[in-house]
Amino acid sequence: MTIHLKLDQKPTARPARKGFVAILSMVVLGSTLLFSNSGFAFEGLGRTASKDEVKAWDIDVRPDFVGLPKGSGSVQKGMDVWEAQCASCHGVFGESNEVFTPIVGGTTAEDIKRGRVQSLKDGSSPQRTTLMKVPTVSTLWDYINRAMPWTAPKSLSTEEVYAVTAYILNMGGIVGDDFVLSNTNIAQVQGKMPNRNGMQTNHGMWLASGKPDVKEKRCMSNCKPDAKVISYLPEYAKDAHGNLIDQNRLVGPVRGVVTVVAKAGESAAAPKVSMSSGESLFNANGCVACHGVDNKKLGPSVVAVANKYADRKDAKAYLAGKIKTGSSGVWGDMPMPAQAHLSDEDTNALSDWFLSRKK
Amino acid sequence: MSFQIPSDTTLGRIQRAPENFVSRTDIAFVNRASETDRRSFFKKAFAAAAVGAVAASPALATAAKGDPAILNLPAHTKGLGQPVAAMPYGMPSQYEKNLQRRESPGLTRVGAASVSFCPLQGLFGVITPSGLHFERHHQGWWDIDPTQHRLMINGLVKREMVFTIDELMRMESVSRVHFIECGANSGMEWANVAVPTVQYTHGMLSCSEFTGVPLIKVLEYCGVDLKKGRYILAEGADGSSMTRTIPMEMVESGEVLLTYGQNGEMLRPENGYPLRLIVPGVQGVSSVKYLRRIEVGDKPYAAKDEAVHYVDLMPDGTHRQYTSIQECKSVITTPSGGQKLLTPGFYNITGLAWSGRGKITAVDVSTDGGKNWKSATVQGPVHDKSLTRFNLPWVWDGKGEVLLQSRAVDSTGYVQPSYRTLREKRDDKSIYHNNAIQSWRIDASGEVHNVHVG
Repeated sequence: MTIHLKLDQKPTARPARKGFVAILSMVVLGSTLLFSNSGFAFEGLGRTASKDEVKAWDIDVRPDFVGLPKGSGSVQKGMDVWEAQCASCHGVFGESNEVFTPIVGGTTAEDIKRGRVQSLKDGSSPQRTTLMKVPTVSTLWDYINRAMPWTAPKSLSTEEVYAVTAYILNMGGIVGDDFVLSNTNIAQVQGKMPNRNGMQTNHGMWLASGKPDVKEKRCMSNCKPDAKVISYLPEYAKDAHGNLIDQNRLVGPVRGVVTVVAKAGESAAAPKVSMSSGESLFNANGCVACHGVDNKKLGPSVVAVANKYADRKDAKAYLAGKIKTGSSGVWGDMPMPAQAHLSDEDTNALSDWFLSRKK
Repeated sequence: MSFQIPSDTTLGRIQRAPENFVSRTDIAFVNRASETDRRSFFKKAFAAAAVGAVAASPALATAAKGDPAILNLPAHTKGLGQPVAAMPYGMPSQYEKNLQRRESPGLTRVGAASVSFCPLQGLFGVITPSGLHFERHHQGWWDIDPTQHRLMINGLVKREMVFTIDELMRMESVSRVHFIECGANSGMEWANVAVPTVQYTHGMLSCSEFTGVPLIKVLEYCGVDLKKGRYILAEGADGSSMTRTIPMEMVESGEVLLTYGQNGEMLRPENGYPLRLIVPGVQGVSSVKYLRRIEVGDKPYAAKDEAVHYVDLMPDGTHRQYTSIQECKSVITTPSGGQKLLTPGFYNITGLAWSGRGKITAVDVSTDGGKNWKSATVQGPVHDKSLTRFNLPWVWDGKGEVLLQSRAVDSTGYVQPSYRTLREKRDDKSIYHNNAIQSWRIDASGEVHNVHVG
């Protein structure tokens, strides 16, 4: 969202652009002439955006909170929304490192006072969390509103966005348990962000004309006495990226190195399995964020689910129902969010595929 | 793999040219000639079949000495190939399947918020085939119906407007060659060697000929206020609705493009079909895909990818915010990590150089870890903010250790720095904007390893 020109304001030209001056002079002459089809560039193309259209898309919120809708949301309400819609990826306390890097952690009460996060300097936090970096509450509000939850972005109400933002701030010790975040107090809260003084923009990497921060000499001969290898890939990591012979061309000046040696009787290449529709749905709907096929992530593995339910008579319908409505408590504390956007056909295909993975 | 001719294909029914373009005498001549040729064709065909039958006899085959690839005519030399349009959209040879986009294991945990790396080790020239362009998605990719896509311009303009793809494609277009590099390219290598090949060290990099309309022209048409409106916000139409702030200076330069074309066809869905902003020289995240909106404003927006990610941690614990420019950088792609030289002898050392501040003017290559350097040939035409190919002839003696490096210089005079120079300023935790000199070690067996040289 942005501020708008008043009708009587006239844009003025910056002197640098020649062709632009001509166009601007038309602007200055008045808005009636500007769009009167008088040979203007791109004549007849485009149309005026309606107020409702701009409102529907202009959702951004700036650090000065231009664009922020009026409203409020409590920490308490935020906790409910969080546990239903956010915890499955981010962890109950925003600490999870399973799917995305953690949101909360690594900041102290002292950081909140100073506005600088000490662990960024001394490296005492194993991960750089969102709250360690983000200087502006507006950024959190804007991003949750536009892009969360991950599999159903733009589905939260304004109150829910305020509430979830409040809950994250609460988990970071920035606001208390009874806090209600609103458009009237959000600027004050921004003044308590632990890394609010942690950004610098006085660098030369914003524009092509900026000044670089390093200056290397272009030495051509006898540039240094000695050249030693100081870092290389350890032997055990050689095959971490697969068999490199399969990642290089069959002809040319070089070949890929063989990094995976097939055991007797099996091919080094992974067997090709054609994807069933259930598996495609699994990959396409973000299920992989929480479920591995063979390994436990936040939720149980596909194989574990199959092993548990495959012998039930109503297994297919049971699983399809759980996918559709969500579930909690069966596999631990972490709730599974409802996947209500899936059709019955899709949930049945997913259910079939899950059950087919029984081992 | 054997090719099969579709059953509905009728062989030999080629229509002659319209006969009223040819005189009656000529037609008679052509018909006579074709009769003669047909007879001689059958004669030759019988002869060839007889030779084939003889050659198949093992006693005679051993008589000829030489390369079987020459002596034994293969099926494709002796058979009928596939008809035209057997593949209406052509695909690379089946023998090229090793060159693919790949994910780096352990880098990201969810495919829809991940990156796939471009196989730079096998590419030629400077243009990346569209199907191999690296991918970075923040909330998955979509194949969007172009008839339903809209671009909105709002904010500090006289008239807030909406454009369809039809309308954008009616405007006067330009086509320009530019690289796109992710700000995090080579990010895994800041502190130590982490990955084996150039695909993973440098593969968040691609280069295309992009076709579109300079954004400034469309903003001018909307009556942009360039005095107050010193920033734009670009926003995508996908779930993440990716937003990035771009300074108006860049837009005013005419370089920022509303892009629909890539390498002669429309953008690929993975690369933002049907509309993408291209911000030349700037890290890829600013080239917003599925572009739906441009807002003109008077302040930066501190979007998620300008306040949480794509910020560069400095040694004093502050982050550089709004770092954008991809500084001058180069890498040798052949020979490179995870490859093995065939035999001692002649090789062409080749690679890519690029700069977000302008054109590449020189590339130097060292084979002794940076003690001595030779100037490589920079292959033209050299485009602004584009990948640029360099070549240097070289003979590998097959003995001892070789430490290959390349170092690029751009039109501002900036020289690509060593790791030592960069780390002295930025330490090794900034993740983004690693443009250090890359080193490859060739051991005595010809195997090439990714190394850092001190």
